[in-house]
Amino acid sequence: MKLVRYFPVAVDSIRANKMRASLTMLGIIIGVAAVLIILGVGRGASEDILGEVASQGTTRLTISPSTENEGEGAGSAVETLTMGDVRTLSDPAFHPDVRQIVPQYGGNIQLVAGNENTRARVTGTTAAYADVHRLEIAEGRFLTEDEITQMSNVIVIGTTVATDLFERTQVVGESVRIDGEPFTVVGVLEESGNAGFGSNDESGFIPIGVAHGRVFNVPRYRGEYVVTSISADAVSEERVDAAERQIEQTLRLRHGLGADDDSDFSISTQASLLDTIGSVTSTLTLLLSSIAAISLLVGGIGIMNIMLVSVTERTKEIGLRKALGAHTSDVLLQFLVESLVLTLLGGLIGIGISYGAAVLVSRVPGFPIDVLIGIDALVMALGVSAGCGLVFGLYPAMRATRLDPIVALRYE
Amino acid sequence: MADSSTLIDMQNITKVYQMGETKVLALNGVSLSIEEGEYIAIVGTSGSGKSTLMNIIGLLDSPTEGVFQIRGQRADGLTGRQLADLRNREIGFVFQQFNLLARAAAWRQVELPLFYANVARSAARGRALETLAQVGLAERADHKPEELSGGQQQRVAIARALVNRPSLLLADEPTGALDTRTGEEVLALFEKLHQEGLTLVIITHDQEVAERARRVITMRDGAIISDSPGAAATAAYGGSNGLSEPALAPLPRPVAIEQIQERVYEAG
Ligand SMILES: Nc1ncnc2c1ncn2[C@@H]1O[C@H](COP(=O)(O)OP(=O)(O)OP(=O)(O)O)[C@@H](O)[C@H]1O
Ligand SMILES: [Mg+2]
Repeated sequence: MKLVRYFPVAVDSIRANKMRASLTMLGIIIGVAAVLIILGVGRGASEDILGEVASQGTTRLTISPSTENEGEGAGSAVETLTMGDVRTLSDPAFHPDVRQIVPQYGGNIQLVAGNENTRARVTGTTAAYADVHRLEIAEGRFLTEDEITQMSNVIVIGTTVATDLFERTQVVGESVRIDGEPFTVVGVLEESGNAGFGSNDESGFIPIGVAHGRVFNVPRYRGEYVVTSISADAVSEERVDAAERQIEQTLRLRHGLGADDDSDFSISTQASLLDTIGSVTSTLTLLLSSIAAISLLVGGIGIMNIMLVSVTERTKEIGLRKALGAHTSDVLLQFLVESLVLTLLGGLIGIGISYGAAVLVSRVPGFPIDVLIGIDALVMALGVSAGCGLVFGLYPAMRATRLDPIVALRYE
Repeated sequence: MADSSTLIDMQNITKVYQMGETKVLALNGVSLSIEEGEYIAIVGTSGSGKSTLMNIIGLLDSPTEGVFQIRGQRADGLTGRQLADLRNREIGFVFQQFNLLARAAAWRQVELPLFYANVARSAARGRALETLAQVGLAERADHKPEELSGGQQQRVAIARALVNRPSLLLADEPTGALDTRTGEEVLALFEKLHQEGLTLVIITHDQEVAERARRVITMRDGAIISDSPGAAATAAYGGSNGLSEPALAPLPRPVAIEQIQERVYEAG
């Protein structure tokens, strides 16, 4: 294509003004690098969270009671999810796609050992909890079936709880008191490493029966202890939806809900959680990138400014080129290509910088997230740079074409 | 109507420059016809309108009034694109101020018209170097204007005017910055090209240069005051020098502006 002819001309002209060209490019460089790094951080963070969620199993479903939406207790949980529901849901004949059902009843409570005490989220549950929630045990083991049925006074604790109470984590066999009642520590969980999402570092787990009968003052509904949530595990990722339908059907039936009644519970799946997290992080990333995009805009205006100066400065050259036979389109393309080369070069340098930053971050040990820059982001950065060049170069280039050759030649 | 060998035909051309409130009448009713293959010298005092006339002939400027035709075609009927192509292919222009690009090597300057004639880059370089050699600057091809003497810059400008093998060469003081010997070489080159059919129009202050032309046009105050065969043409008949400068030229006086203003307003 004919356009290629103008590149050497543009490169010559940029070379002749290296300092000015590099200052001009700086705006684009910073803009592109900022957008790419922010996109990379956003992507790195979301992959991190998504990975965390996925590592806890993508086959899990969580059944929670709905919240009251009117009356005095508005906002608090409807207490209609019970151990009776758990027992019914555990019947594989009606729930062929549900592999495990795990009840939970939890609350924040004081744990005491010797003179030390700490508040922790203590959850009463069953042995299958460790499997369904993919818990990793650092010391000892999780609760056993026997301990559940015998309602033994045993507890599994997180690392923060262990260090708070004993200043160490090798505490299997030690005793912890809840409300004066001693509990034997049978296991310590692996440290989750991240303080945020899905961490069990500040948790404790005891048999569900102990939680219901002795630790918490648990209300009953239709003669059964209520639970704060039920976890279910589907047989496979593909069967999660089927499992959800089976659970919903059973619960609506048991709770005596008519066809038009709203459910008094909700079922969330890890898959839907992944969706939510994905959309939250992408919204956040979009917001941050639009802020970074403003610096691109500023850079583009810088390009326009310099190109206008350049056109004025080179009035004589433009006049000469026209006198020697340049068409209007030749002058237009010359200046457009020049600004295109400037922005593309700036874009490439910006990409280089953002890549450098990504590599640097990945070398820092213990840095919480990776900066992930995808090919799509690179292509976008180049496209935006080129677009900037064309958009902001157009007006100066058009100014150049309007010059009258004889007037331009006389310009000093 | 001009016949087929007429290259340029001008009838009653005026050119008015507007300088704020005042108007400058640079050309005042010039009629001139240039045949293919002519060798013309234009002389006249400074400010008499020579460069202005040359710009119009070179399709760089348009007259305020009057009819300008190139090869029988009215210039005001041509598009910008057509004018650019004519400037590029038919006309070589050597400017009074050389008008070289500040930072480009000599061969790049010479190559410029070829770029706009869409000549391939490799071929263009070859032709640029060849033309530079013709003006005796083969070894200076890679030098920038700031590294060249005034005379050398002048020759780069001449090479640039010739590189596209124009049929009409317009040279505004082409030997002004040259010493006698280089000036002679450049004129010899012009004359050789003229032998080969190039139409030559040279503005000069140099009597000797003017005397070599076949036709000498003298200007004063924007008008042609004499148009006669040059010494070279008349020498064969033993005639006198065709330059008819009066021994005592009257001092240039300001043109009656009001008179022209009226005309300009009527015209447009
Ligand atoms: N762009 C312009 N604006 C205003 N006046 C102009 C312009 N160009 C030329 N003139 C005026 O027109 C007149 C003719 O100028 P021109 O350049 O044609 O003279 P010249 O014969 O070439 O002189 P020289 O021998 O000094 O080059 C001068 O009075 C000059 O001041
Ligand atoms: Mg002049």
